Amino acid sequence: MSGPDVEGLLRELAPRALGAVVRRYGDFADAEDAVQEAMLAASQEWPGNLPTNPLGWLVTVASRRLIDEVRKNDARRRREDTVALLDAPIEVPSGDDSLVLLFLCCHDALSPTLAIPLTLRAVAGLTTREIAAAYLVPEATMAQRISRAKARLRGERFALPEDQGSRLRSVLEVLYVLFNEGYASSSGPDLARTDLSGEAIRLARLLHARLPENAEAAGLLALMLLTDARRAARTDTGGALVPLADQDRLLWNRGRISEGMVILTAALKRREVGEYQLLASIAGLHDQSPSDGQTPWADIASLYGLLERMTGNPVVTLNRAVAVSKVDGPLVALKLLEELELDTHRLYAVRAHLHEEAGDLHAAAEAYARAASRAANARERDYLTMRAARAARG
Amino acid sequence: MRFMLLQAYGGVELEGCVPMYEWDPADVKAHIDFQHTLNAELLDRGELVDAQGLAGPDQAKVVVSDGTHPPRVIDGPYPESKELLAGYRMVDVDSLERALEIAAQSSAAPGPGGVPIQQQIEVRQVLGAPEPEV
Repeated sequence: MSGPDVEGLLRELAPRALGAVVRRYGDFADAEDAVQEAMLAASQEWPGNLPTNPLGWLVTVASRRLIDEVRKNDARRRREDTVALLDAPIEVPSGDDSLVLLFLCCHDALSPTLAIPLTLRAVAGLTTREIAAAYLVPEATMAQRISRAKARLRGERFALPEDQGSRLRSVLEVLYVLFNEGYASSSGPDLARTDLSGEAIRLARLLHARLPENAEAAGLLALMLLTDARRAARTDTGGALVPLADQDRLLWNRGRISEGMVILTAALKRREVGEYQLLASIAGLHDQSPSDGQTPWADIASLYGLLERMTGNPVVTLNRAVAVSKVDGPLVALKLLEELELDTHRLYAVRAHLHEEAGDLHAAAEAYARAASRAANARERDYLTMRAARAARG
Repeated sequence: MRFMLLQAYGGVELEGCVPMYEWDPADVKAHIDFQHTLNAELLDRGELVDAQGLAGPDQAKVVVSDGTHPPRVIDGPYPESKELLAGYRMVDVDSLERALEIAAQSSAAPGPGGVPIQQQIEVRQVLGAPEPEV
């Protein structure tokens, strides 16, 4: 077996091995260290000599490391029953372990800043170096962040929570934040960090496969697929941002779109409407429009209306205003935004666009310049500065 | 040797240079392309460590604390915002001369009508760990 195959296999097995070890010995941090060591050993030994039961190999090696550690630390007050427990035969890992891990890593005691790296390492099997590279921080910084997350989970029981619903909400949120980090990184020079979105989709697939009955888990996966389908059209060859209206729709990934629509349609049939299904429905309407002119804006506006009532999120109001402007004109939309309290570049960018549509280029240029000064992404700033300059010239 | 190449909002020596969003759109594009090309070139030569633009001065805050009382947080915009940093490049090069050469290139970024804006670039060496004793 060649090197890259071992890498892929390890990534797939790591969460299951970790799940098995942590379920057995309880402490997440120690188990994680032991599994990391076992993976390192595997990456050296497997390429020439793949074991017949790779998962069993990983669990056994990790367990031995853990036992050695416990013995070392426990030497002075060793308790025979602990050792007996440690020496018991290894259980066969269950398929649900990675779901339990996901629930544990997306614990609501952890902010997404801590939960995401931990999830990427424990559930997605990424190395600390890879995660650090994706976040453009030094490896030591990311290693610290992961230890802080693990320390915060010390003493947490490793089991599926009774109340899966409330925990599921934070799992979905963590995955959505992760996806967006990859899709529209909020800082730094690059608009898309593909790896992170890819991992988010992989984890959302896992969640959906484990909880096929859950409409929102399906909705989130559909939303990611339907959004990611547009990735290739989202930047031009120079890397500059291309807005939805100007994107070359031939570049959209048809396979992703049909997969997303199948998952979404099945989810909607459950009649348990939720935020992610609504967002996915909107993304689906865009994806299925052959041109910007054929977009069903009235439908999109009413979906945003539902979402607005459900979440009260001002960003949703902003998006609704864009859809409303297509149906009722820019002035009606501007009126919607008058009272909105939201100091982000997006509010000013949308206002600028609406002023432009309404023919007030002076107000448009001013709002674009204001949006540019608040943009947190260099590419978006370049784009907004460009628009400001264009509006100012009439 | 690592050097920080810093550029402030002021320090544009081209006379009558208006804010960028008042330029001709083609000039804006040329300027942005210039910066990207320069970064790509430095990356290609293995000299670029980092290049970042900072959010505008009206987003800036100044914090002062005596360690005891609640800190004073002063919101922008500031009348002296010309001195605020607009962005920086960090380069890892063989000599100060090379750092100055890159700074000069960056200073001559095109402005309105393609005329170099003559941006002042502050070049500061980044202090590293002491050399190992031999």
